[in-house]
Amino acid sequence: MKIGIVRFPGSNCETDCLEAWRVMGAAADMLWHQETSVRGYDLIVLPGGFSYGDYLRTGAIARFSPIMADVIRHAREGGLVWGICNGFQILTECGLLPGALLRNAGLSFICAPQFLRVEKAAPPFTGAYAPGQVICLPINHGEGNYCIDAAGRRELEEEGRVVFRYVTAEGAADAAGNPNGSAGNIAGIVNRAGNVLGMMPHPERAVENLTGGEDGRGLFRSLLSAGRERHGHRDET
Amino acid sequence: MVTGMKPEVWREMGLSDEEYAAAAARLGRELNYLETGIFAVMWSEHCSYKTSKTVLRRFPTEGPQVLQGPGENAGIIDIGDGFGVAFKMESHNHPSAIEPYQGAATGVGGILRDIFTMGARPVAVLDALRFGPLTEAGNKTLLRGVVQGIGGYGNSIGIPTVGGDLYFDPAFSGNPLVNVMAAGILRHEDIAAGAARGAGNPVMIVGARTGRDGIHGATFASVELTAESESRRSAVQVGDPFMEKLLMEACLELIRAGVVIGIQDMGAAGLTCSAAEMAGRGGSGIELDLALVPRRETGMTPYEIMLSESQERMLVVPRAGSEAQVEEVFRRWGLEAATIGRVTDDGLLRLRERETVVAEIPVAALTDEAPVYERPAAEPAYIAGLRAADLSGLRLRLSPAETLLALLQNPTIASKSWVYRQYDHQVGTNTVELPGGDAAVLRVRGTTRGIALTTDCNSRLTYMDPFYGGAWAVTEAAQNIVCAGARPLGVTDCLNFGNPEHPEIFWQFEQACAGVTAACLALATPVTGGNVSFYNETPAGPIYPTPMIGMVGVLDDIDRRCPAVFPAGGEKIFLLGSVEGLLAGSEYASMFENPVAGALPPLNLPGLKKRLDFILAAQERRLLSAAHDITEGGFAVALTEMAAGTGARVDLPPGEILPALFGEGPGRFILTAAAGAEAELKALAAAWEQPLAWVGETGGEELSISLGGADALRLTRARCRAAYGNALAALMR
Repeated sequence: MKIGIVRFPGSNCETDCLEAWRVMGAAADMLWHQETSVRGYDLIVLPGGFSYGDYLRTGAIARFSPIMADVIRHAREGGLVWGICNGFQILTECGLLPGALLRNAGLSFICAPQFLRVEKAAPPFTGAYAPGQVICLPINHGEGNYCIDAAGRRELEEEGRVVFRYVTAEGAADAAGNPNGSAGNIAGIVNRAGNVLGMMPHPERAVENLTGGEDGRGLFRSLLSAGRERHGHRDET
Repeated sequence: MVTGMKPEVWREMGLSDEEYAAAAARLGRELNYLETGIFAVMWSEHCSYKTSKTVLRRFPTEGPQVLQGPGENAGIIDIGDGFGVAFKMESHNHPSAIEPYQGAATGVGGILRDIFTMGARPVAVLDALRFGPLTEAGNKTLLRGVVQGIGGYGNSIGIPTVGGDLYFDPAFSGNPLVNVMAAGILRHEDIAAGAARGAGNPVMIVGARTGRDGIHGATFASVELTAESESRRSAVQVGDPFMEKLLMEACLELIRAGVVIGIQDMGAAGLTCSAAEMAGRGGSGIELDLALVPRRETGMTPYEIMLSESQERMLVVPRAGSEAQVEEVFRRWGLEAATIGRVTDDGLLRLRERETVVAEIPVAALTDEAPVYERPAAEPAYIAGLRAADLSGLRLRLSPAETLLALLQNPTIASKSWVYRQYDHQVGTNTVELPGGDAAVLRVRGTTRGIALTTDCNSRLTYMDPFYGGAWAVTEAAQNIVCAGARPLGVTDCLNFGNPEHPEIFWQFEQACAGVTAACLALATPVTGGNVSFYNETPAGPIYPTPMIGMVGVLDDIDRRCPAVFPAGGEKIFLLGSVEGLLAGSEYASMFENPVAGALPPLNLPGLKKRLDFILAAQERRLLSAAHDITEGGFAVALTEMAAGTGARVDLPPGEILPALFGEGPGRFILTAAAGAEAELKALAAAWEQPLAWVGETGGEELSISLGGADALRLTRARCRAAYGNALAALMR
């Protein structure tokens, strides 16, 4: 699987993503935001950070980066795109995912471990988890309050596109488990085709016990096995 | 050149009549307006250390681990395997007092530039904060703004804020202390210098454009805060962490490319200070054409260009001929790089506006020859009164349980999670021990090593006995580093005091620094750099003297780190040190008795050093599963802090209940033995002649303490942890 991590000016989790892939036994390339093609890559990662200082609005300027036009093409053709935190914000700004991420309900930036329930445990992103499994990943954002209109929300739920929900340690998706006011405790969603995932928590910070646990490994493992499958198919044709 | 300066002008700029006369005598002529401004900032307390220099010279600064001592932008110590840690602490007190968000944010920006200027990639920020009581709305606003400012800058640029400390005391009302420490990792061969060398080499300004913001920031930092300070808000700079992130990446790339001869950030006094200091360190001159400085405003005068404190700018001296390479690196990061002059060999700072020379001053006159003052020192009258106070009659006013719950809710003691939840403390994925413990621990990628970082100072104790306070700040930092399993290596300081022109303040300063010196010598932790912040006074009076200490330690093996919380139930708990602690200057005394009073017995520094070495020896043998020092709030508070996941039952040896449960003082620790290691731990303590007593066991959902078999207190762990965990957030609501 060929993995590219997009480095926007102001990205700050790109190296952490690269290291996480290395820990998981995979190499990834850093892609500069001014490049215009992502051809040849199976997976594009949009990392966390403050692209373009998050000035104007989180992710609002990054979507106009030269590379994004081709990332959108890649996604429309079924290529894998994974947006983490600021990457999720960029994906909603550029229309690959519905909804928007607003200021946290408490108005404060939050950096803390957070329990999540895996709502959709399926390839290509979350096949390594069990449905309903409760995991703990760090969250780290000031604008993670997921917002979407009622119709859009119904669509996400009915189509089973909510991948992660914020929950309590006991797995309850209630107000006590909701750190930022997100609609339906939504922490991560996929597009209709299932090849674009956006999520606020940081799995790349949870692949080693030394520095934050290993609950994030499932995403990397799922993607690597999805990559093997894809290449398997490609080899057959 | 225009001459005939008026006294009002230089006085307004902060020069005394004697200083102006000395500058004119050095030049052999009257100064023009620009030159007067340059002398005023370079000879300001902030830039020249003219009052503190004679005292700072006494700090021990040498040791086999020191790769870079004081005098550069940051100190560097060797952590082995070819790696070093660059670290430094600085204050941004005055700006934060009137504009908390930007004041604190630019404090982070400035200290990070000091680190990457040395060629190190910053890996951690710590913030040491002192505020007035949160019962005053103004202090709450300041704390909220400062925390948001530190987070806003650090989170954006992607450097984790991993630790620090926070105390509240009326002595800081209206004059908070905002001290920020940063640390970076580098390989020995990548150390960069802030020196301009080689006549003919270009001088380039890189990063943000120059505007009118922050003019007179250095001068502003060198006077007391008054009712009029609010009108100096324009002296506070505005930070742009996005710009700094780009600047950091570009500068590190440039340093790695090997074309940089010298590099320095522009902080206080902007271009003036960076040019003069770089030329001074290199023994060179610098000639600049101010017309070539990229500006973001029109009509700026040479004075404004030289004095601007616009943020996110650096001065770079690359090898001649590499200008295009420098420009290319910065262009790729979307930044400007402009050649604005060259290095000369005439020892002069010569400023031109195209062909016209607008200022010409020998560099040495601005740096090495800046005035040095020997201020008179006198012991303040309050000291004798405090020492004479007799605390032997103190008795508990509430039950031990009620006392503990009250202390746990004291915001100085309570959990600081309300603060550190707002900081990204994990970006970089090197943070091993999260905020909330004794010291932050980070791994060093590419090695088995880790570094431990902490900031410490007890301002009240320093007020009561400045020598004790200075020595204790260093010792407490070392206690925290050692508890985490690391060997203390070096110190940076941030010395916050009132107006040194008052002999009583200068006495506090001298005494506190002497204490720092004594402890650094005893603990073999040299001072590699730091910062002095005087004039921390409001109309209500001076702050408590606060010689903040930032310390770095190394773990040769990251797996030998030791947590500050009980790892599990069923572990044996030991008390290391005396059963009874000190009440003088304790949080208990300040909360329930309000006498900031009592004599502090002299610190036995060699004895404390031996105790720390014993703990390290125990950790080396992997005999400990947790370690925590007993400080603010005493044994009962320390036990609660450790009980994050399990309860504990303790029976202390017989003693007085108040000093045993709530007394403080040096050299006291709670340890738990690793499974099956109790006997070996006891044998090691005996061999080291250490007072180690087995006092109890972890487990259950209660905290219970008895003294010589007599029940003292019994509380549910949940109740204690709720009091401890929620107090600060509740106060900030």
